[in-house]
Amino acid sequence: MSKNVYVFIEQRDGVVQKVSLELLGKASTLAKVLGQEVVAVLLGKGIAPIAQTLIGYGANEAIYVDDEILSVYVTEPYTKALTQIIKDRGPEIFLYGATSIGRDLAPRVSARIHTGLTADCTSLEIDGGSNLLLMTRPAFGGNIMATIVCEEHRPQMATVRPGVFEPFVLDLKASGVVTEIKVDFTDADMNIKILEVVKEKKQAKDISDAKILISGGRGIGGAEGFEMLQGLADAMGGEVSSSRACVDAGWILRDRQVGQTGKTVRPECYIACGISGAIQHLAGMEGSDYIIAINKNNTAPIFEASDLGIVGDVNVILPKLTAAVEKYKKEAL
Amino acid sequence: MKIIVCVKQVPDTTDVKLDPVTGTLIRDGIPSIINPDDKAAIEAALRIKDNNPETIVTILSMGPPQADVALREALAMGADEAVLLTDRQFGGSDTWATSSIIAAAIKKMDYDLIIAGRQAIDGDTAQVGPQIAEHLGIPQVSYVSGVEFEDGKLIVNRSFEDGYHRIEISCPCLITVLAELNEPRYMTVGRVFDAYRTLQVKRWGYEDIKGSISLSNMGLKGSPTKVKKSFTKPVKGHGEIHEVSADEAVDVIMRKLREKNIIR
Repeated sequence: MSKNVYVFIEQRDGVVQKVSLELLGKASTLAKVLGQEVVAVLLGKGIAPIAQTLIGYGANEAIYVDDEILSVYVTEPYTKALTQIIKDRGPEIFLYGATSIGRDLAPRVSARIHTGLTADCTSLEIDGGSNLLLMTRPAFGGNIMATIVCEEHRPQMATVRPGVFEPFVLDLKASGVVTEIKVDFTDADMNIKILEVVKEKKQAKDISDAKILISGGRGIGGAEGFEMLQGLADAMGGEVSSSRACVDAGWILRDRQVGQTGKTVRPECYIACGISGAIQHLAGMEGSDYIIAINKNNTAPIFEASDLGIVGDVNVILPKLTAAVEKYKKEAL
Repeated sequence: MKIIVCVKQVPDTTDVKLDPVTGTLIRDGIPSIINPDDKAAIEAALRIKDNNPETIVTILSMGPPQADVALREALAMGADEAVLLTDRQFGGSDTWATSSIIAAAIKKMDYDLIIAGRQAIDGDTAQVGPQIAEHLGIPQVSYVSGVEFEDGKLIVNRSFEDGYHRIEISCPCLITVLAELNEPRYMTVGRVFDAYRTLQVKRWGYEDIKGSISLSNMGLKGSPTKVKKSFTKPVKGHGEIHEVSADEAVDVIMRKLREKNIIR
């Protein structure tokens, strides 16, 4: 009998990724409905102290595998560890972050275990009648939503995009169990050779963490347009992001891209400048609290998704807006 | 060196528009293309072939008979052979079943290296590549943004959100690549001619692969996941729209930013 909601805790260099905490929060809600518990699964080297902290983030039990072979993410050792845990424990549900690690690991595990996997979910609920996990995800470019179920195979597995769920609020009084699990790794499990680990300095804050995003589309005219956007972002204390068109045109780096093939963002304020609003773009930003669109074309689809729409030339309005924000902030001091 | 490239034909969703009345996708007139990540996979294989002319590049796709066009395009880019997996029994497959079918076909072929795109733009799951590797029991590296192949040694850059790993991987193996890996070459006139006149797209159905997969592992009934329902995403519903002078527009925006406490 399968039981409990498991969450793969992704750590990089000993830092737990935010999406894992978001998943623990969601897992707590799901487990409550099922009358079951939340189990956090942490893999790495020297990570035992982190396992304890997961209890405060909503895990009833934190299990960890501590081994040299897990120090840097490699598909096979991670797959072997999770497969053993799944076979021994029989989880009802297993959740992963839809990161470049989760989206590599989860499909490999699903094929080995022979169970279903639903990618990039934006909503997870328990069906009242069947107790099945209802996994909802965007399909066909983000306009159609599909709710997927996995009826006969266990665990029911899903990857979830970062930023979709609220992180769990740390509760230092929470109690739970920490369990170490041993996995018999062999040299053959390290089936690739890592020659070099290169960390790239982030040029700016990750756009998915930004509270305010000033986002540019084709309508800003060129790479110079982003300097104008940066001016407003600096004045407002935000970051600059982009539609896919500008990334493809080489005006800005890909890590700034919002949308289906870029990042999902949900800032307090999203200002879309010269973005027409292709559904792939809307899929990545419609969760924003307050959306302002500035576009010359009054039929642009972006207006359908906006709280405030301004029909006008972004190249004229933005410098004036930047000046107005700067003036306001100066006077507020 | 024998390379199999897995490709998918997809609707060109970068240009998809919404029907303003029904709010659904306008599919009419949307051309089908080779999925962008997969096109980079083809180019990666052809570049290895450029430097190692004895290399045989085989394109493998699963889909309806119309996917023939995508395979001809790959042949016209320079691939040597093409196989289209097409059968009613395959219809309705989720990623687990799809990867099982494709892996079953690959078991009938010779290969050293399998290259797939990271994900397709219609489904965006990124699952089929790693699942094929698992069904075949070979190592995988996904999210590849750099490929070097020299003296029989394959070295790839594996992208992460915060950097990359340089990885040496021995064949046989599977890699999934990102569209930004390269700039795919164009078809040449001579190759287009070849692709339609002298080269062939082989069609394989269930009968051709049944030795390595059972019917119960394909199609709708072989799929662990099922679509319970699909629906059009509720749109936020537009708020107020102002068509005013730039100065008035700035006043409106500033008023809202203050009201909403976005600037303090």
